[in-house]
Amino acid sequence: MSDLKISNLFKSFPGMDRPAVNNVDLEIKSGELVAFLGPSGCGKTTILKMITGLFQPDSGDITLDNESLLPIATEKRGVVMVFQNYLLFPYMNVNENVGFALKMKGIAKDEIDKKVKDMLELVKLPDIGDRKPKQLSGGQQQRVALARALISKPKLLLLDEPLSNLDAHLRDEMRELIVTIQQKLDVTTVFVTHDQEEAVLLADKVALIFDGELQSYASPIEYYESPTNERAARFFGGVNFLQATINKSNVDTEIGPIKYTQKNKNDLLKNHQLTIRPENIEISKTNIFKENYFSGIVSSIIFSGTSTRYKIRIKDRILDCSVPSVGIKEISKNDEVFIHLPADKIWGMND
Amino acid sequence: MDNNLKKVNIYAIYLGSIILILPLVAFFINAFSFRWFYPQLIPNELSMQAWVRLKLIPKEGFRSLDGFIDLWLSNPAIIKALVNSVTIGVIVTIVSIIIALPAARVLGLLNFRFKKLIIFIMISPTILPPIAFVLGLNINFISWGFSGSYWGVCLVHLVPIMPYVVLTMTGIFANYNPDFEHQARTLGANKIRTFYLITLPAIAPGMVVAALFAFLVSWSQYLLTFLIGAGKVTTLPLLVFATASSGNPPLTAAISLVFIFPAIVILFFTSKFVSGNSSATSGFGKI
Repeated sequence: MSDLKISNLFKSFPGMDRPAVNNVDLEIKSGELVAFLGPSGCGKTTILKMITGLFQPDSGDITLDNESLLPIATEKRGVVMVFQNYLLFPYMNVNENVGFALKMKGIAKDEIDKKVKDMLELVKLPDIGDRKPKQLSGGQQQRVALARALISKPKLLLLDEPLSNLDAHLRDEMRELIVTIQQKLDVTTVFVTHDQEEAVLLADKVALIFDGELQSYASPIEYYESPTNERAARFFGGVNFLQATINKSNVDTEIGPIKYTQKNKNDLLKNHQLTIRPENIEISKTNIFKENYFSGIVSSIIFSGTSTRYKIRIKDRILDCSVPSVGIKEISKNDEVFIHLPADKIWGMND
Repeated sequence: MDNNLKKVNIYAIYLGSIILILPLVAFFINAFSFRWFYPQLIPNELSMQAWVRLKLIPKEGFRSLDGFIDLWLSNPAIIKALVNSVTIGVIVTIVSIIIALPAARVLGLLNFRFKKLIIFIMISPTILPPIAFVLGLNINFISWGFSGSYWGVCLVHLVPIMPYVVLTMTGIFANYNPDFEHQARTLGANKIRTFYLITLPAIAPGMVVAALFAFLVSWSQYLLTFLIGAGKVTTLPLLVFATASSGNPPLTAAISLVFIFPAIVILFFTSKFVSGNSSATSGFGKI
């Protein structure tokens, strides 16, 4: 068991006009793979460094299994971090690098050798033990760094931008390896990334962080279907936003009245925002829709392989809609078209 | 054209090397000769006479192991000077590196206000003429009781040495990534082990170069030793000057060879660290 709990974490650095980490509060269950997602400089790596003890928070607490980590020295926390640039010790060969944590624990040499061998097999690099880090490719270095981190069976594994230094094809491979190993060893894992796609593909839960503040903490699918605010929606590729006002029974927007079926509709303020993902909008040259339909002019068409994106102008508002390119409709620029916003796909948010 | 230029460059290097080596050859011949006068191209007679007079090699007939030990244990001036030079050199090298380590780390890794000014103040002893500051220091040293003492000489040697050591080590830290230490910490190494296993191997090449500079600068100090030592602490350079002014060429040549010998040995073993691509010196541009 290793439940990580971060409560009211606060950290500021001198010379910065806003705190690096502002009142972050979240809980990570044992065995979960969680992503800290946010643009660079948003404080996500600072949180990792506070969990490892390389930084001390100004206030707040970090507990692992209900025990505060703050008074414990870095080397005794059972938390291992893999840095963005791998940081394999250049004066040691791969075996010595991977065995480092066990050597620090004072374990006998032949036992270390055996475990190092197992670990290198797990990351699929069985025959490179005698090489120096300089002789390895980027992907190999990353795997060795992962093996080195996992060999001591840490309670918590922290990965700082694990895929950002790799080529595109290596990235897929590495992503699968991380997920497989994480599930096999059942180690609670937190990784930091600025790439929403990476977070979605890897993580069970995503903590979205902007300017040192936790925006929301939810499963990846919720960010697509029910984002908490416009910024979160935009970070996950949302582009269609409408200002909505509640008028008695129906909801007015800039393009006309809209009906939608959101469960927590009563929590919404009188003025709120509506969003719909481009791929949920239906489009047709003739009006075949019954409700929530609007007519507009096609202002641009962008073909991008599997899907085609239309920008449609409705009363000075432009809505993006994305349609599978297979069976493409005979729609060209400046045509008048009808679009349909399905009532169950519209999502309302307060800010 | 290009080829010719290359040839010219190579000849220039040969010429330079010959200019540097020729006096050493002359020294070498002189030190083992017996009366070498113009217009003889090489001396008529070889002799160990200069070395015997220096009391480094025993007289003919006594050149056994016992003879050497007896001679050296009788503590002639040259052995005294050698011991002083070596021990002072080693002590100030170690002390200067210990002092410079934290300073270089801060200067190399962090940026802060007045950093350039602090670096300028640190290297000022290499710009100021030694006679200017040593006369001032001498007054203080006399009042503190350091004048004429072995430790006073050690202390004053630190003045010209520190700039070299701090600058060399700052160069190393400018290229150094402290995240390696953080990585070792999260892998379970405590602070002391992190220093020995991670930091020390990374900065060792720079420390070797710094130590080399430190030892050689101390080894060749004449003026500071002369004034602060007040004639009571004799090091090799003092003896070299005294011998040279006595006007005996073989004797001067012999003691000069003793004087330059450690420099050549040290340079031979550490030249790979000083060359352009070494990690020890490549950080200079980044300070």
